[in-house]
Amino acid sequence: MMRVSMRVNGAQTEAEIEPRLLLVHYLRNTLGLTGTHWGCDTSNCGACTVWLDGLPVKSCTTLAAMADGHEVRTVEDLADGDSLDPVQQGFMQEHGLQCGFCTPGMLMTARALLDRDPDPDEATIREAISGNLCRCTGYENIVRAIRWAAEHQAAQAREEAAL
Amino acid sequence: MQVPAPFEYERAASVDEAVALLARHGPEARLVAGGHSLLPMMKLRLARPEMLIDINDLSDLDYIRTEGDEIAIGAMTRHAGVLDSAVLAEHYRIFAEAERVIADPIVRNRGTVGGSLCQADPSEDLSAVFSALRGTAVIRSESGSRNVEMRQFHTGPYETAVGAAEMLVEVRLPIRPNSGSAYEKVERRAGDWSIAAAGAFVQLDGEGRIADLGIGLAAVGADHFTCEEAEDALRGGTPSEEAIARAAAICAEGCQPQADQRGPVDYKRHLVGVLVARALTRSAARARGEAA
Ligand SMILES: Cc1cc2nc3c(=O)[nH]c(=O)nc-3n(C[C@H](O)[C@H](O)[C@H](O)COP(=O)(O)OP(=O)(O)OC[C@H]3O[C@@H](n4cnc5c(N)ncnc54)[C@H](O)[C@@H]3O)c2cc1C
Ligand code: FES
Ligand code: FES
Repeated sequence: MMRVSMRVNGAQTEAEIEPRLLLVHYLRNTLGLTGTHWGCDTSNCGACTVWLDGLPVKSCTTLAAMADGHEVRTVEDLADGDSLDPVQQGFMQEHGLQCGFCTPGMLMTARALLDRDPDPDEATIREAISGNLCRCTGYENIVRAIRWAAEHQAAQAREEAAL
Repeated sequence: MQVPAPFEYERAASVDEAVALLARHGPEARLVAGGHSLLPMMKLRLARPEMLIDINDLSDLDYIRTEGDEIAIGAMTRHAGVLDSAVLAEHYRIFAEAERVIADPIVRNRGTVGGSLCQADPSEDLSAVFSALRGTAVIRSESGSRNVEMRQFHTGPYETAVGAAEMLVEVRLPIRPNSGSAYEKVERRAGDWSIAAAGAFVQLDGEGRIADLGIGLAAVGADHFTCEEAEDALRGGTPSEEAIARAAAICAEGCQPQADQRGPVDYKRHLVGVLVARALTRSAARARGEAA
């Protein structure tokens, strides 16, 4: 057993764990943050995507021990109280989900993309989400949802600045 | 649920500490870099180390820089860093073309150059790239540092020249003026391993003849990820369509692909011929300064 401590969504967390515990299970089982989904378990589907030190990673292929002393961000941190992140709004507006299984990973990847490139074209979006599989939507609406977020977040930021 | 078998976990804060831990714990200890090859293997019990030595804190091994007439790439450089590197974009476009089709952007945030090369999967794209470019691996142990030519680095499938108490710290490449490079890969779907892949560089002399070249092959059972016979056939000549076609045919004949779920042997050989020709043609065009 070993002791780990890491910031998750801004809050300090700590636990006694086995070194073999995967980050996805630390988040879901140890911390009860079940927003992060756990799918293929083989680093292919991207349902388990979270941020580690600001970069999207597949948490089924990352040890919780590797995150010790680091910063993790999950889908639970996207909304600010009742106010949804623009990518979450985009997925609602453009029907970017059906069953919702891929959605937490898609949202974390999309947020990271827009932070780096606030105005991505369709090809850039498709490449960015190529590590996140969706079996329902056919991706069309997901691409539209991310475009929606790109178009609206600038306007929302301007409105907020004006307030 | 796939979970690795139990193991002990230690973190190394320096290269010295990493190789000391390896020496102390013996062959049952393994380094873990991105973990994107090792952890899946541990989940499947294809690997069962008793101790993992995490080297992710060694950010001083995350660099791509020019040093005199060479480029040095640190072992902990992530795939994403290779893809975005301005130094590599200037000197060797083969890297960005290969990286764009290695796994997916999320895997590329974690997987490292050192892990890719030391995993020594016969389909590893970077192994083909470094073999084409005839790089040099810098390997460290407690007793010091030694260099191994990239073409001697892979000693078999999943086997390398890196000993149990050693670690790969850097790969070095010569900068080649008047050269161009390119990578070609065919995969079944986005993010998948190659069915077949080929990379090349071509360096031209003042008369437009091939002063030097390199060919790299992934996923098709090529000896040391290359085909020296084809290189020898081209060296010194002009990169004409016929000469390139001849070299590509030598590669297609000389490799040893296996039939698997990615395709039958004759299809893979066919791909090798097509991809080598394309990679050489585009490399030569780039060496001439043409858009390709
Ligand atoms: C879904 C998926 C798709 C992929 N697709 C491709 C693809 O299309 N093409 C491709 O080329 N690769 C592909 N990969 C592999 C990817 O490139 C891996 O990241 C890479 O193979 C391993 O790098 P790593 O840093 O994660 O290594 P790790 O898994 O940490 O280590 C791999 C091995 O190398 C050893 N090791 C690591 N670093 C060192 C070092 N510095 N010195 C000595 N030994 C070391 C470890 O002990 C271990 O044995 C894919 C991976 C995944 C998960
Ligand atoms: S559960 Fe991690 S990539 Fe599918
Ligand atoms: S909405 Fe069902 S997998 Fe994407």
